[in-house]
Amino acid sequence: MSELYEQLGLTRREYEKICSIQGREPTHVELAVFSLMWSEHCGYKHSKPLLKRFPTKGEHVLQGPGENAGIVDIGGGLAVVMKIESHNHPSAVEPYQGAATGVGGIIRDIFAMGARPICGLDSLRFGEIEPLPARPARGAAADTPPSEATINRQRYLFEQVVAGIGGYGNCMGIPTVAGEVYFEDPYAGNCLVNAMTVGLVRHDQIIRSKAAGVGNHVVLIGSKTGRDGIGGASVLASQVFDETLEEKRPSVQVGDPFTEKKLLEACLELLRRGLLVALQDLGAAGITSSSSEMAAKGGVGIDLHTDRVPLREADMEPWEIMISESQERMLCIVAPENWEAVKAVCDRWDLDATIVGKVTDTRRLRVFYHGEMVGDMDAEALAEPPTYEVPQERPAHEVDEPLDPEAYPAPDVAPGEILTDLLGSPNIASRRWIWEQYDHQVQLNTVIGPGGDAALLRVKRTGAGIAVCTDGNGRQTFLDPYRGGKAAVCEAARNVSCVGAKPIAITNCLNFGNPDNGPIAYQLAHVIEGMAQACEALGTPVISGNVSLYNESFEQPIYPTPVVGMLGVMDDVSVNCTVGFKREGDLVYLLGDAMPVLDGSEYQKRWFGGPRGRPAGRIPDVDLEAEVALQSLLREAIAARLLRSAHDCSDGGPAVAVAESCLAGKIGAVLTLDEVPWVAGSAGCAAAAGAAETRARAAGPLALRPDLALFGEAPTLVVVSIAAADIDAFEDLCEAAGVPYTRLGTVGGADLVMTVGGAGLRASVAALDEVYESALRRALGE
Amino acid sequence: MRAGPVRFGIVVFPGSNCEYDACHVLSTFPEAEPYYLWHKDPDLRGADCIILPGGFSYGDYLRTGAIARFSPIMQEVTAFAAGGGLVLGICNGFQTLTEAHLLHGALRRNRGLRFICHPQYLRVERTDTPFTSRLRVGQVIQIPVNHNEGNWTAGADRLQEIEEQGLVAFRYCDAEGNVTEAANPNGATDNVAGILNEGNNILGMMPHPERVCEDLTGGTDGRAVFQSMIDRVLEG
Repeated sequence: MSELYEQLGLTRREYEKICSIQGREPTHVELAVFSLMWSEHCGYKHSKPLLKRFPTKGEHVLQGPGENAGIVDIGGGLAVVMKIESHNHPSAVEPYQGAATGVGGIIRDIFAMGARPICGLDSLRFGEIEPLPARPARGAAADTPPSEATINRQRYLFEQVVAGIGGYGNCMGIPTVAGEVYFEDPYAGNCLVNAMTVGLVRHDQIIRSKAAGVGNHVVLIGSKTGRDGIGGASVLASQVFDETLEEKRPSVQVGDPFTEKKLLEACLELLRRGLLVALQDLGAAGITSSSSEMAAKGGVGIDLHTDRVPLREADMEPWEIMISESQERMLCIVAPENWEAVKAVCDRWDLDATIVGKVTDTRRLRVFYHGEMVGDMDAEALAEPPTYEVPQERPAHEVDEPLDPEAYPAPDVAPGEILTDLLGSPNIASRRWIWEQYDHQVQLNTVIGPGGDAALLRVKRTGAGIAVCTDGNGRQTFLDPYRGGKAAVCEAARNVSCVGAKPIAITNCLNFGNPDNGPIAYQLAHVIEGMAQACEALGTPVISGNVSLYNESFEQPIYPTPVVGMLGVMDDVSVNCTVGFKREGDLVYLLGDAMPVLDGSEYQKRWFGGPRGRPAGRIPDVDLEAEVALQSLLREAIAARLLRSAHDCSDGGPAVAVAESCLAGKIGAVLTLDEVPWVAGSAGCAAAAGAAETRARAAGPLALRPDLALFGEAPTLVVVSIAAADIDAFEDLCEAAGVPYTRLGTVGGADLVMTVGGAGLRASVAALDEVYESALRRALGE
Repeated sequence: MRAGPVRFGIVVFPGSNCEYDACHVLSTFPEAEPYYLWHKDPDLRGADCIILPGGFSYGDYLRTGAIARFSPIMQEVTAFAAGGGLVLGICNGFQTLTEAHLLHGALRRNRGLRFICHPQYLRVERTDTPFTSRLRVGQVIQIPVNHNEGNWTAGADRLQEIEEQGLVAFRYCDAEGNVTEAANPNGATDNVAGILNEGNNILGMMPHPERVCEDLTGGTDGRAVFQSMIDRVLEG
C-alpha cells in the first residue's frame, strides 16, 4: 500500500492520518476515495484558511460558497445562480475535450441548484500565438523568444479550446455571451480555461445537495460509468506538469452535450414536479465526492452498491466505479413513493435512472460490491481534509517603486504607429473570431452580446436586466498581487456599471502555481486580501468560486491569475449603454483622473518587454472611494438617459479606449487629452492605507509624457459620450457625485484625431478597423 | 377568412434547443397559438403549421438530422405536408427536412469548418409563397445564421431543376442585395439560404427568423415570415 498512496497523490503524513481515522490500513476503495476527497482540487487544502477572508454575506445572497453554486436574489421572486470553474489541466492535455467538459461541468453545477442556465462566459489564457515585435528590450535583454513549436502549440490549444467551448455550449442551447482571453508567455506550458455559467431560478424551485430521509433511494441519472477521467481531480488537477503530460491523457473525460441537454431537461422537470429531495452533479471525483458531500451536508449516511451502477466496461473494479469522472451524470435523493414517477420522466428522455443506494442514519459512506462491504468511511472526515498554511515569502521580482519613466524613453515613432500596434495586439484586438463560433443569441435574452464591456441579458418575466462579465489581469497581478486582486474586482464591476447595471455579487476562480512554494502562497494570500477589500467597498460578496493550484510546467508558474465573474442587475433592461460612439456632434468626456502609467501596461509589454513580453514596475493602487463614486455616477447617468456611450479604459490606455468607441460606432472623433488634471496614483506607496493621502499630496495638474497619457494604464477611468444638449445636466451630475470629468472633444468625421502635449495622431477609423478585426486571424496564420 | 387562432405545432426532439424561442416569439403574434409536439407523439393535435426548430435533434454526432427523420412524429409531418400543410424548418429543422427528402439537396459542414453565429443579409427571391407574402422580391432582410453545417448543395441536374422551378426563397447577399461569394457565410451553392418544395408549402432555411422578432434583442425582420404564415392560414 505504501506506494499506492503516493501514486494517488497523498503524502505519507496524510496516509497515516487516514490509517488513524480508519483504525486500520484502508482498503483499496477507501484509499482511492480519501485520495480524491483530500486532493487539493476537492479539498482546498491550501486555500481554505485564506478563503475565509472573502465577504460572503449580503442582502441579496440566498446561498454563499459551499454548494454546487451561489445564489442571489434579483427581485420578482427570481434568483440568479452562478459559478466559475477551471478546467486548466485537462485542457492543456486535450484542449477540445478539456474545454468542452469544463463547460459541461459548470452547467451541471447550475442546474443542480434547480436553475435553468441562461448564459455562459469564459476566461482563457495561452502563451503567445505570434512572436512579439522585435524591439530593443529594457531589462529583459537576455530573453530568447519562444520557439516556433511553442507558438504553434498555443495556436492549436487556442483554436481547439474555443471549438470545445462552442461545441458544448452551442449544443446545449446556452448562449456564450462574454469572456476574455490573454496571450502571455508564462501560460505556454499551462493554459487556463475557466468557464462560468449563470442560471435563473424561481425562489421556490431552488434545491440543494443536502441528503435527507433515512430509507430514501440514492438514484444515479444519466450516462453510464466508464474508465474515463479516473484520477482527474488528484493526478491531473492537483499536480504540476512535467514530461509525463502525454501519459495523463486518459485522465481527461469526453463530453456528450446531447446527453447533458436531456439530463438538464429531465432534472428541471423532476424538480418542477417536486420529485427530488436533493440533487448533486457528478464532477471531480465522480460518485465519491457527490455521495459523501450529500451525506456530510445532511448529517446522514449513504450506502452505495457499486455493482448496480450501469457500466460502459463490464470488468470495472469498485474503486474505479467510485472515482470515475465519466461526464453527464447526476445523483439525487428520491423518496420511495416517487421512484416510479422519477423513472418515468427519465424513460421519456431516454436516460438511465438507477437506484444505486440508500440514505442511512450511520453518517458513514459505505461501499458495497455484490453484497460485500468494500469501504466504510466517516462522511464528515472525507469532507474535512487536513489544511496547510505554507510560510509566505515575497517573490523576488516584486518592487516597491514604480518604473522611472526616464529609463524608458518614448520610442522614436509616431503615436499613430503605437496605436496601430496596440489595436493589432492579440491581447486587445477584436474577439469576433472567437465569439462568432459561439451561439450568443439562443434563448433570445441577449440585449448586449459579446464585444461590449459586459453582456446584458433581459429577464423575460420582469423586464429587468442581468449584466455579466469576466475580468482578470495576470500580468498586473504578477507585479503586485494585492493591487492586482483588487483591480480585477474593480474592473469587472466597472464593466458592469458601464452598461448601466449595479454590481451585486461575484464568483471567482483563483489560478495559481504550486502552493507549497512560499512566493505562490504569498501571492494567493495577497490576491485574496485585495479582492476582499474591493468586494467590501463595492458591496459585491463572493457567492461561489473555485481554486486551481499547481498551474506550473517545468517549474515555471503561471502569472497569478484571479478571474472575477461579476453579476450586475438593473430594473429596466431597455435603459442601457454600449461602447460605440453614436452621433456626429456628441461630446466625449473622460471620467476619472488617475494618471496612466507604463508599469504592467500592454504598451510596456510590447514596446519594452523584450521577446517574452516581461512586465515591470508596480501597478497603481485602486482608490476604492473614487471607484465607487465613478461607478455610481455611471449608473445614475445611464438611468437618466444622459450617456450615449461608455467604455472602460483598460488594456492600451485612453487612446485604445477611445479608438474602440470609434470602431464600435463606425465614426471618428476629434479629441485632446491636454486638459485632463491627472493625479498621480499611489504606485510608489507601500500600503493601501496611504492611497487617499497620496492623492491629496499629488493633487493638481501634472505634466504627463504624451505616450503615457495615450497608452499608459490606470484604473478608474471611463470614456463616455453625451448629446451636446445634455452638457449642463451631465456636468451637474458629475459635480454632485464628486467625480473628476474632462471634456475631451467631439464625435464626428471618419478619422480619430487625438492631441496631447504637442504630439498627436490621426488615423482613419476604417484603417484601424482593418487592423483590429484581422489581428487574431493574422496571428493564427489564416 | 377563417376564425380562431392559428395553431403552430413546434416539434421538440430531445436535442432541440430553439423550441422555446419559437414558442416565445409566436406568442407575441395575437393570432398565433404555439404549442409543443414531442418527437414520440403519434399525431399533430390539430396543427395549422408545423415548425421544426433549430438545435441538435439527436446530438447529430452522425449527420445533422439523420436520425430525426426516422422519429415517429416525422411520419405525421410528412403526411401533413403531403396534404398541403405548412411546414417551416429552421436550421436543424432544415437539415431534418432534407434528410427526410421533403426538400432538395443536403447540408454539409461550413466552408472553413467552423461554427458561425452572426447577422446575415438575405435577398428575398420569392414572395408568392405562404412564408414570404409579407416581403418584396429583391428586398434585403437581416436574419442571423447560427450553424456548423449550413453549406447547402445539390447535384448538378437537380440544381438546374431547382433554379428553373424557382424553389430558392432566400439567398445570402451583402447589404446592397448583391449575391456575392464574399457575402456567402458557409459556401452554400448559389448562395442558397432557404428553399421551398415544389408545392411551396415547405420551407427550409438556415438563418433563424425567430431570433429577429423583437427590437430589444436584435431586430424585427423575422416577423414577416411568421406573419405571412398566419395570413395564409387565416385567408385560406
